[in-house]
Amino acid sequence: MEYGLDLEYSFNEFLKGFGLSSEIAHIIWLPLPMLLVLVAAVVGVLVTVWLERKISAAAQQRIGPEYAGALGVLQPIADGLKLLVKEDIIPAKADGILFTAGPILVLVPVILSWLIVPFGQNLLISNVGIGIFLWIALSSIQPIGLLMSGYASNNKYSLLGGLRAAAQSISYEIPLALSVLAIVLMTNSLSTVDIVNQQSGAGILSWNIWRQPVGFIVFWICALAECERLPFDLPEAEEELVAGYQTEYAGMKFALFYLGSYINLILSALLVSILYLGGWGFPIPVELIAKFLNLPINAPFIEVFTASIGIVMTVLKAYLLVFIAILLRWTTPRVRIDQLLDLGWKFLLPISLANLLITAGLKLAFPQFFGG
Amino acid sequence: MSIAITTQFICFTVLSLVVIIGALGVVFLESIVYSAFLLGGVFMSVAGLYLLLNASFVAAAQVLVYVGAVNVLIIFAIMLVNKKEDLKPINDIKSRRVISTSICLTLLSLLIRVDLTNVWSLSSPQNSIGEESTIRIGEHLFSDYLLPFEVASVLLLMAMIGAIVLARRDVMSKDISTGLPVDQELIEKSSEPLLTNKN
Repeated sequence: MEYGLDLEYSFNEFLKGFGLSSEIAHIIWLPLPMLLVLVAAVVGVLVTVWLERKISAAAQQRIGPEYAGALGVLQPIADGLKLLVKEDIIPAKADGILFTAGPILVLVPVILSWLIVPFGQNLLISNVGIGIFLWIALSSIQPIGLLMSGYASNNKYSLLGGLRAAAQSISYEIPLALSVLAIVLMTNSLSTVDIVNQQSGAGILSWNIWRQPVGFIVFWICALAECERLPFDLPEAEEELVAGYQTEYAGMKFALFYLGSYINLILSALLVSILYLGGWGFPIPVELIAKFLNLPINAPFIEVFTASIGIVMTVLKAYLLVFIAILLRWTTPRVRIDQLLDLGWKFLLPISLANLLITAGLKLAFPQFFGG
Repeated sequence: MSIAITTQFICFTVLSLVVIIGALGVVFLESIVYSAFLLGGVFMSVAGLYLLLNASFVAAAQVLVYVGAVNVLIIFAIMLVNKKEDLKPINDIKSRRVISTSICLTLLSLLIRVDLTNVWSLSSPQNSIGEESTIRIGEHLFSDYLLPFEVASVLLLMAMIGAIVLARRDVMSKDISTGLPVDQELIEKSSEPLLTNKN
């Protein structure tokens, strides 16, 4: 299965052509994918914000942003610029250090998690062995930042919002991890690349969604709850808590929260598409297309075709899920805090545990379908 | 020195400094909230040290368990009972401090002695298992370390049942410790507002 473009190798060879040592070439290479992913994440946020505005407008029979660029596509940039030039206020009785550190702690783990998102066989920053486990571990840091900013604001709404956020993310992390575990059980690996490769046998038919329908739904609900999207946006419920832990924030610090929540949404959508919808895989296997065109699988044309279709498919699947998330946000009411915790502990947790158990049993019974 | 070794040395120095200074801060800072957040920083740096030792699975588990669960719950508990109260001065504070300092120094000297006398078998980067460690840990957990693993789960189950019993005292007719009938009024007592005036 080791085909596809290896940009790092070609780049290093290219630099070595100028007489640089391989170590220096590696150091020049290192920041490039990180920068690329950062830019991709921010552009993704801009697109999602525009989508959110347009889809919410459509759901409420409005027009939505219209004047900033064609169809209002420049509106998110205008929003971002506004936040950049706003005054950075720290409330008089707030705790300055924690108040500043909170948003950073919320944003950094989310961006770090992009390390493991693959857009193709070699199109990811680092194919670390612990892959998906790294994401679960990193996403568990976020509640500390939320609690920190909630406490430091010295405001009862902020504190309540921070506490709710932490309670929510602790409760939904467990079913989330259990449903990921069922996938890992089938793949025999934690690496995201292996998880996608395991689904690439027969195109759309071999995607994990058919073998893990319950896990897919549990994971999606938990991912929405982790992102604090409606119907689970209790930490910042406007009618009850003003804006939750974000109440006292303005300017760039607020923008960090804003960026963090949208990057997290895109990341969750990407991970759902990687875990359940075949990642970069095309619904029809590329091998079949190559055979149809009478080309060998490692022909240059097929390699470029595979790489570009990989990126397009990953992004397409992710944005389909983002679309569903936005539609859910503007059409469903918010759950109460007791309903939220009941759903997490009394419904999703047993269901995901049973799902894990059944997956293990099926793996033993039908090793050819559920990973031997 | 090659670039890799230099980077490793810088990372090690920074992480060790954060661990030591952070741990001292946890002990000596007056504000319990700062102590709790610093504890999180210490746990993170320890995870970083594991990463330097090529133990990425252990590092991620450290972050998940210690930072994501233990530390979050500590901070959660501190904020739920966010009460400002002046602690009563203890009259024999000096002798207590002397005793605790001497105990800590004894432990430290024991650790230093172990460090100096033990012959450490250092593995070279070539024969470190690295990415394979996840599989090895799983094999050990389900073969020679199966009993400790299961006993730990029984311990956790006991702790969980204990917590439920303590939290749901309203379903018991008798108090667990004294044996007296439970005063149901006391359980539903109103609590103080969360953020009492800061000073």
